[in-house]
Amino acid sequence: MFRNTYDSDNTVFSPQGRLHQVEYALEAVKQGSAAVGLRSKTHAILLALKRSFGELASYQQKMYRIDDHVGIAIAGLTSDARVLSNFMRQQAMSSRMLFNRPAPVNRLVAAIADKAQINTQEYGRRPYGVGLLVIGQDKQGPHLYEFSPSGNSYEYYAISIGARSQSAKTYLEKHYETFADCTLEELIKHGLHALRETLQQDKELTINNTSIGIIGPGGAHETDVTLEGDFRILEGEVIEVYLQSMTPKETGEAPHQPPPAGEVPAAGASTTADEDVQMED
Amino acid sequence: MDHFPTNWGRPRNDAADPYGTYPIHQRPATKDTFAEGVQRTQQPIVTGTSVLAIQYKDGIMMAADNLASYGSLARFKDIQRLHKVGTSTVIGASGDMSDFQAIQTLLDEVVTDEFTHGDGHDLGPAEVHEYLSRVMYSRRSKINPLWNSILVGGFRDGKRFLAYVDLLGTTYSAPSIATGYGAYIAIPLLRAAVDGRVDELTEENARALLHDCMRVLFYRDARSLDKYQIATVNASGVHISDQIHLDTSWSFAEGIRGYGAQTQ
Amino acid sequence: MTSIGTGYDLSASTYSPDGRIFQVEYANKAVENSGTAIGLRVKDGVVLAVEKLIHSKLLVPEANRRIQTIDKHIGLASAGYLADGRHVSNRARDEASSFRENYRAPATLQYVVDRVGLYVQAYTLYSSVRPFGCSTIIGGVDKHGPALFVIEPSGVSYGYRGAAVGKGRQLAKTELEKLKFSELTMKEAVTEAARIIYLVHDDAKEKDFELEMSWVGDETNGIHQAVPKDLLDEASRKAKEALETFE
Repeated sequence: MFRNTYDSDNTVFSPQGRLHQVEYALEAVKQGSAAVGLRSKTHAILLALKRSFGELASYQQKMYRIDDHVGIAIAGLTSDARVLSNFMRQQAMSSRMLFNRPAPVNRLVAAIADKAQINTQEYGRRPYGVGLLVIGQDKQGPHLYEFSPSGNSYEYYAISIGARSQSAKTYLEKHYETFADCTLEELIKHGLHALRETLQQDKELTINNTSIGIIGPGGAHETDVTLEGDFRILEGEVIEVYLQSMTPKETGEAPHQPPPAGEVPAAGASTTADEDVQMED
Repeated sequence: MDHFPTNWGRPRNDAADPYGTYPIHQRPATKDTFAEGVQRTQQPIVTGTSVLAIQYKDGIMMAADNLASYGSLARFKDIQRLHKVGTSTVIGASGDMSDFQAIQTLLDEVVTDEFTHGDGHDLGPAEVHEYLSRVMYSRRSKINPLWNSILVGGFRDGKRFLAYVDLLGTTYSAPSIATGYGAYIAIPLLRAAVDGRVDELTEENARALLHDCMRVLFYRDARSLDKYQIATVNASGVHISDQIHLDTSWSFAEGIRGYGAQTQ
Repeated sequence: MTSIGTGYDLSASTYSPDGRIFQVEYANKAVENSGTAIGLRVKDGVVLAVEKLIHSKLLVPEANRRIQTIDKHIGLASAGYLADGRHVSNRARDEASSFRENYRAPATLQYVVDRVGLYVQAYTLYSSVRPFGCSTIIGGVDKHGPALFVIEPSGVSYGYRGAAVGKGRQLAKTELEKLKFSELTMKEAVTEAARIIYLVHDDAKEKDFELEMSWVGDETNGIHQAVPKDLLDEASRKAKEALETFE
């Protein structure tokens, strides 16, 4: 029934010192659709691919606001993500209550990482089945972190998680050195290009299946952004302008690639029956 | 007198097993005899008097004398009432000195905790003040206040900070603040010198002003001492001075009726 | 005897017929596969150094620290599962902080190590938990002077002059044994520690790495902090030079 003797629960090390249950939990993250994060000197952004379960269903939520200065994107089990984001919100509020200070972003991430570690060590629990990308800003500037069910967290210049995230990572590794000095618009464009790499063959990014989360001063196409550059999630019509800015893929899949101008909202509706894997969130 | 030691501290009530016939864990659960008689702090015991603080050109300055009184007795004459918190904050307390010591321990713990995160985020004066006000308000809401008036001063990121918090959790901020007797005697002097002139006030001006006010307080406040310390917080950090002695002259008192040897 | 397939190796609460607890031995395996961490106790302080393996070039350099601060005067470096190491360091912080609360004084290293050792040991007793997959080096300066300890997954702890855990520990120990710890200063120890980390790193087989170092002692007024950047760079430069002449 099990793949081997040492993978039935958390509390067993394999003879090689591995924790199979934790490794399987990392697989659960890959079942979720991809999320990408990038950071410049001024901004940190998230981009995520939303799935829908059919013509009559809405698209899933991939991003959550934690506090004015922190936001997350998720890949994996949505319900686990909600537990973690609730916890982060409580931590963030407690910091504001106790010290009148926005919680340092690294501490929020460390707090859920420490929480996740417990679930890898005790019987009767399972590791969280969700990975998070956390962006935030504090007095040291914008940050981007990855949280994973193993209880690890790392800070990155750019990173991706979820289904086919390796393709996005390859893109990011090729371009990350230029990100630091990017404008918000350039950064989003890079993000969309990276996110596009995670799509299935005949799919494309639309205003319906793409979410963009931003921290940092308002960009050229934005209005009503606070002076501090608080976290905001862009969805729907407002991201059309960013999708338009993308460079069409020059690789051999041109036949399937309509020119960006074709991606008007009406066209978006026709591509709703989208998405790749079967994963129940 | 109840001569059974086992009954001491237990309810005077037959239902409560006066002879201890039940094993301890099976005894009927009853309230602690004195539950309703528990007393919280009703008054401060060993107290410190006024704390003065002002903003000046380069930061803030705070002064408090070295006396801890036991009622009207000048009980401890070498007590420091100014305390450094982290790297850019100082607090000064009047009121109950044991409560103040508890607050120092509490803040030191919080500061150490911040340090161990090792991420470059630490507490500035604004954060310390917010935290203290939460502690003070939550304690007063349990009707068990920490019996102090505290001034929190500091300098961080080029900004001065000076604020007050007391046993009720009341807070306010001003260019010059004084607690205790100083709120009556020193405040008019401080305001006359400081208000609207914070940016002109040099460190020497500030020091001289506080020195004058401490002298006036020593003349007028029967719970004060002629030894005090000054804390300065500016861009170079927190500095708490050695003891400073007040030069006073009492010769005028000879002519006051009721003071000294009376001839008639 | 072999452990695999016997069924005696599935729980920390099971002995094998010859008296071994295989789950603890497997936990040690997790340590043996990770980046090396070393600690040096010299005459005026303690230096900790880790070989931080870089699994992606997208990581922000110097941001993801593996050496933790436990109290003002205590530092901790771990090898093995990083998340487990953080769990241990959180416990160590609680112990140090509770000592301060109880006694209004900084905890001695021996006290913290004893308490954390008990905690780690408790995770080797029950089937409902697994042992910690990390070895922990704790170093600091207390009222008795500099001190350095290692806590293993079994919960056992020993004091050391020079300690090494992780993949390169054998080679590191050999190098450490050549040092005269009672004569070294902290600054010299920083150079030596950097040299050893560079030496044990296997360029051919492993990913890139970043040298991370901290120290506590006379140089730092008894405060645990990261080794200053200029000193670290200098030590790295010397380490690379030494490496070229070593073989």
